[in-house]
Amino acid sequence: MARAAAESPFAPWARLIGVPFGRGKREPLPWLKPGIFWGSLVPLVYIVLRASQGELGANPIAEIENELGLTALIILVASLACSPARRLLGWTWPMRIRRELGLFAFFYVSLHFATYMFLDQFFDFGAILSDIVDRPFITVGFAAFVLMIPLAYTSTNGWIRRLGYARWVRLHQLVYLSGGLAVLHFIWRVKIDISQPLAYAIVVGLLLGARLILWARKRPATRAVK
Amino acid sequence: MNNLPKEPPSSEITPQRLYLKRREFIKNGVYALGTAAAMGGGLLYLVGKSPPPDQPSVASAAEVAASEGYSVVENHIYDVDETPNSYKDITTYNNFYEFGLDKSDPARNAGTLRPHPWTISVEGEVAKPQTLDVDTLLTSFTQEQRVYRMRCVEAWSLVIPWVGFPLGDLIKRLEPTGNAKYVEFTTLNDPEQMPGLRSPVLRWPYVEALRMDEAMHPLTLLATGIYGNPLPNQDGAPIRLVVPWKYGLKGIKSIVKIRFTAEQPQTTWSLAAPNEYGFYANVNPAVNHPRWSQASERRIGELGRRPTLPFNGYAEQVADLYAGMDLRKNF
Repeated sequence: MARAAAESPFAPWARLIGVPFGRGKREPLPWLKPGIFWGSLVPLVYIVLRASQGELGANPIAEIENELGLTALIILVASLACSPARRLLGWTWPMRIRRELGLFAFFYVSLHFATYMFLDQFFDFGAILSDIVDRPFITVGFAAFVLMIPLAYTSTNGWIRRLGYARWVRLHQLVYLSGGLAVLHFIWRVKIDISQPLAYAIVVGLLLGARLILWARKRPATRAVK
Repeated sequence: MNNLPKEPPSSEITPQRLYLKRREFIKNGVYALGTAAAMGGGLLYLVGKSPPPDQPSVASAAEVAASEGYSVVENHIYDVDETPNSYKDITTYNNFYEFGLDKSDPARNAGTLRPHPWTISVEGEVAKPQTLDVDTLLTSFTQEQRVYRMRCVEAWSLVIPWVGFPLGDLIKRLEPTGNAKYVEFTTLNDPEQMPGLRSPVLRWPYVEALRMDEAMHPLTLLATGIYGNPLPNQDGAPIRLVVPWKYGLKGIKSIVKIRFTAEQPQTTWSLAAPNEYGFYANVNPAVNHPRWSQASERRIGELGRRPTLPFNGYAEQVADLYAGMDLRKNF
């Protein structure tokens, strides 16, 4: 029984991808995380498949860059929706996949940035630096990516404990800034028709708005209880 | 006893713990698969993936050219020593917003355009306003093949073997008056043939214009074909402008009107975003687009980036057209 208490460090990863591992506490909806995991990999697999068949069109590098970036944004928006979904609709299952979604958004934005750096600019670090400094469209995209690094790094239970839940939550509210910058990056990237990026901007705005309203309503109440 | 099959090795025996949970295992597997399918399908839907368009058939285009009864001579005076892009690249990677905003949209959607018969009305400051039939233009001007660079304002480029004739040769025959300082071109404006016109992303119809000396320059081409074949619809059939030292947006497609004016015409992109696109739109690596660099470009089909050349490599031929002008202001 002592073995069950000290769970293997691999157990969370194994559970994430759906491999039964050890005898951890039984989790409700054991299929949810593995499903999200494999589903989130589909866009990447589809890109790799088409790239290997030469089916990404005449400008495959731009296509890869665009698809990775948009996938990152979609998953990021989904992760932002988890907490409002619980508060407004009473669903609890989205909270189970919030960390996973956040990490997948970071995974895709990392690939997006790597594609820009290595395939698009082809290791021309001078051009990359001047892009980041001089071009607001690149600056905000880069900032959105950099802001997600500490969030991904502190996404573990260990870090929640180390920082204390309240401080951890405050840190992770940065994700709204990151989402806002990502949407701005998308709007500025588009040549003329901003309807698609605008749709994402509205969704991020609504999610943030819902958050602020709930926060404003809740605060006096908690004070009163204290 | 010896006739019984051998017992399986103990390693292959399902542990009782799992055996008892087999139904739950299958159920969870199915739910996980369903979740993965929903997540993956949803992502692909939102990223907006559709299969690439079919390759236009070169053979049938060649047949059309033969049946139209005109021939093409090669003019190598302006050739670039760079390999032309494939017919497939040139005909599946297009900016032609009248057929959709994605680069692959025009190849997919331009089937509704009817480029034949086709007329161009000539208006404005000319001795005799008239209507031109494109068929007549094909036979009354020698159709030349010229290999030009094409640099898009979005920092990608192609090398294209155009077929066409100098715009200047046509202008001389049209006899513009002494007041004519500019030539304005207009694209077809028929939502039946061009579904993209229904979405108001730009002010339709598409209008472009050149200064008279730019229009008369021997490099400036009215293109009627690619790779010896008539222009495919997505590349601006039946006739389009090619100004190789300017960004691709100056190369107006599917032209139905040519108007000579005394005043500088308003052009579509400079109306849409005056701080981003000027009247001249000369390729200039030293003047960046407000949102991105113009210093380098991706040649379609190449892995690395190339430095962008002043006037797209045609500085020797055209730089003196702009002598004394501040190209940062007149971008």
